Amino acid sequence: MKKEIKIFDNPKNVKRLLRGFYLSLAVLLAADPFVHKHAEFPWAGKHQFFAAYGFVSCVLVITIAKILRFFVKRREDYYDD
Amino acid sequence: MMTDVWMHPAFIFLIGGLLAPLMPAYAKRGMMLFLPAAALAVLFSLPNDTYWVYRVMGYELILGRIDPLSRVFAYIFVLISFIAFLFALNVEDDLQHTAAFAYAGGALGVTFAGDFFSLYIFWEIMAVASTFLILARRTERSRAAAHRYILVHLLGGLFLLAGIILYVHDTGGVAIQKLTLSGPGSWLIFIGIALNAAIPPLHPWLQDAYPEATPTGSVFLSAFTTKSAVYVMARIFPGAELLIWLGAFMTIFPGFYAEIENDIRRVLSYSLMNQVGFMMCGIGIGTQLAINGAVSHAFCHILYKALLFMAAGSVLHVTGKIKCTEIGGLYKTMPLTCLFCLVGAASISAFPLFNGFVSKSMIISAAGHEHIPIAWLMLQFASAGVIAHAGIKVPFFTFFGHDSGIRAKEPPVNMLIAMGIAAFLCVFIGVFPQPLYSILPYPVDYVPYTGAHVVGQLQLLMFGMFAFALMIRSGYYPPEVRAINLDVDWFYRIGGRIFQGAADRGLNGLNGIADQLLAKKLTGSVCRFARQAPANLVLFFVPAVRALSGMSKDESGKIRARILAAFETGSVPIGLSAAAATLFVVILFFFT
Repeated sequence: MKKEIKIFDNPKNVKRLLRGFYLSLAVLLAADPFVHKHAEFPWAGKHQFFAAYGFVSCVLVITIAKILRFFVKRREDYYDD
Repeated sequence: MMTDVWMHPAFIFLIGGLLAPLMPAYAKRGMMLFLPAAALAVLFSLPNDTYWVYRVMGYELILGRIDPLSRVFAYIFVLISFIAFLFALNVEDDLQHTAAFAYAGGALGVTFAGDFFSLYIFWEIMAVASTFLILARRTERSRAAAHRYILVHLLGGLFLLAGIILYVHDTGGVAIQKLTLSGPGSWLIFIGIALNAAIPPLHPWLQDAYPEATPTGSVFLSAFTTKSAVYVMARIFPGAELLIWLGAFMTIFPGFYAEIENDIRRVLSYSLMNQVGFMMCGIGIGTQLAINGAVSHAFCHILYKALLFMAAGSVLHVTGKIKCTEIGGLYKTMPLTCLFCLVGAASISAFPLFNGFVSKSMIISAAGHEHIPIAWLMLQFASAGVIAHAGIKVPFFTFFGHDSGIRAKEPPVNMLIAMGIAAFLCVFIGVFPQPLYSILPYPVDYVPYTGAHVVGQLQLLMFGMFAFALMIRSGYYPPEVRAINLDVDWFYRIGGRIFQGAADRGLNGLNGIADQLLAKKLTGSVCRFARQAPANLVLFFVPAVRALSGMSKDESGKIRARILAAFETGSVPIGLSAAAATLFVVILFFFT
């Protein structure tokens, strides 16, 4: 068998990855005022709109999914008998 | 109209499917790669026109309407069949190969059909052929899923057929043309197409069946059925406002299910539906930009969705497992598959430089241009949702996440090359969208790479990822659990069972009562009466004869016994029984 890649077994590498990720978030926030916007809707032209909308949407999707799970989750063999 | 020099691309595949089981393995493999190339050559050689026109029973059947819309779908169908056949090259199962050939042929037939009759025929070929890609997994679950799948699709086909019959009745022609949603004919056609497009609530066949298909079969499935429905919808109902809202809802609702689903291929099935929602929304908006967006998104989607299904199929092929709770940490020994999966994930999430970005943006921009703020917000919400379920969840739980301890090898080289080609095309189209834009139905005046657009999209996705990361680390994210989630299919899976039970008890109960009363009691008494009638008739005359002849009671008793015995054993003199029977008939005659 080939050698295994274990890059993320090292917590340092995970930390590096996350640091790079947070840095890119900061860059995106910093870049926002410098781009020329031609928004079709007033809200889309607001500063950092997409960052806020992306964050909130994701939280909402997962929260609603958790609520949905409460209602629709069944054991794996639910349909089997 | 041109002479029919070339073979129709659909028949190239259909005949290939018939030949496949008869060929030795190496020739079959050659054919699997050669036939898509041959179909592509036919496509390249034919300019846009109408081909293969036949008059049948006074109707004009058009098997080859090649115009910009059908051409772009034909290109991607041929391209993906090449990639999917390459992926399935190591599979030694004629059933799957024949089914895949017929399925691809059906999809091309639908694409080129210029009339409703041929559309319907190819539509049903697709339904039947695709069923075998599910059946071919040869498990109890796949058999049951295939059974439900074909029943649902035959029902959808019947809606389509009923609509077509009404349409032909109303218009007198069979040519496919743009329709508006008015009158039962157009609605029935709409429902038939909507079922194949998995528009809610007609969607659950997809999530039910695709995850049960063979590892390679689901790649074909992910490409043809829903996207040929997208094509037909774009052909017949562009600008139908209902589609904007059905499509927008369709982008959002599957996302919730995808988050809590355990089976990776089912997660992909929900995200497939979510992506088709974008296309439906574009078709509903109906402007040139929106239709271009829907068509190009179908093109790109087929590539990255097939890529994701290939990555999941590879994992299933080498580990035999594909549930979040059973896999994880596979990047360690399957780095290439992991890389290809990440490319697919980035593409479906519409990261700049990946193909989803250059196609999906057109649809969202069209919603903006037409000033439909609610739809625009819904599509952006769904775009952020995609990053959570398909963008991160699929690669994260498969290749990273908790280490399952599985140390599987990479899949066979043909599978890797197939994924590599799809991944390359995802990136190539993302970086150079112009070749794709040049084959779209309408001229493209759209620039995806503007500063605002790139930064806005990156913000949406990266902050979505940020939210995901925070929720995973805080434990807020719903944990992976071995469970299933109820969807609309409950109504026909459990509802069907209840109906069957009720029908069983109700109708069989009625049957039992009828059996008791009619078959056993009534018929029995009629039989007894009929058997004993001649004897009784004769016995009826015994007292009169006794009175006349003056015989004793004992003697007449003996005679009665002898008469009964004679009738029981059938040893009656013929004359007597004939006389009795005649008398009986006479009596019957009097009473009726």
